[in-house]
Amino acid sequence: MADIAVERTTVPAGPAEGPPPVPEFSIVPVRGLPIVAAILVGLVVALGSNSLWALTFFHVAGGALWTSIDLFVGLVVGPILGKLSVPARIEFSTRFMPKMLLIMPTVVTMTLGAGFQLARHLGNLDASYPHHAWLVASYVIVGVMTLIALGLLEPANLAVLFELKKPRPNGERIGRLMRVFILTAGITGVLQIATIVIMTFLASR
Amino acid sequence: MTTPTDTSVGGPAEQRPPTGPDAEDLRQADLPPVMPLAISSLGLAVIGGIVLAAQYGRVPSLVVPTALAAVGGLLLVTALVLLARVRVFAWPAFGRVMGWGLVAYCVEAGILAFVFVHDHTPTRELLLFGAMLLLFAVDVPLMLGFSVARWQPAPEPGREG
Repeated sequence: MADIAVERTTVPAGPAEGPPPVPEFSIVPVRGLPIVAAILVGLVVALGSNSLWALTFFHVAGGALWTSIDLFVGLVVGPILGKLSVPARIEFSTRFMPKMLLIMPTVVTMTLGAGFQLARHLGNLDASYPHHAWLVASYVIVGVMTLIALGLLEPANLAVLFELKKPRPNGERIGRLMRVFILTAGITGVLQIATIVIMTFLASR
Repeated sequence: MTTPTDTSVGGPAEQRPPTGPDAEDLRQADLPPVMPLAISSLGLAVIGGIVLAAQYGRVPSLVVPTALAAVGGLLLVTALVLLARVRVFAWPAFGRVMGWGLVAYCVEAGILAFVFVHDHTPTRELLLFGAMLLLFAVDVPLMLGFSVARWQPAPEPGREG
């Protein structure tokens, strides 16, 4: 409660009349779609050709981006966002969240698709692989992250964007949804640390 | 953490953004439990996928993944049926988000399915993976569409369509 009271006094009030301005924004950044399409075509080519380099590239690049973005958003951007003034938070969200809508599913598809094929290629997927239990543990962690990301984080992200598109956005609702977004981003960020531990362990065997 | 409503946005009351319960908030109590059903269905598909993938390279037992996929499918159908019975709902917004979500997640599921086909996965395992990917490709757009539409103003009954 004290926390809220302090922030009430420190957060600057909006303009003298009317709700905080919501900048024009597109829920899905259409200009990014060709980039996503190019990446997915590249991934399919990598999967079809079974090129070890291409599979490693897509898995490592996708996994590094996924892990870094989750950690950065959950543990750095999220807490900062929670302390911003309402207009700043709205302006940041309208520019940031549409991009996340394209980036995250793309990097997740890259990582999982190429990773499965790469593990099969290297024989790591086989149940007789000596460190199979570690691999199964990584499946479980990815499964939990998938559920959190797709069942809580992404719906909250999208609902915030649609709420902001309304002529009179409901501030309380946006606050609730943003809390879900930041909390779930933080949880997936922490789970990503476990993924890093497992993947670096397996890569060093 | 604070919320946007913690701040005193200036201006006359009628011009301020709504901060308390409104029509969309009040409608929530009448909505069916689509999110818990869909997330449970997705969870069962994910668990089934993990069980199946963990047995890669040996003759897998398909009993558990088949049961998980079946229950997951049942939960998804239940969510769809319950949702279809809702009269006051922002169906246009739901259709728009679910439609584009289906396109996006079918592409994603299609790429993952391509991996299994390309690897010559045995038919029974392939069908199971396919069923789980289908659950994934429908569950996620359903959750996205519902989570958006539940907070959108619904057309008045009798004025839809």
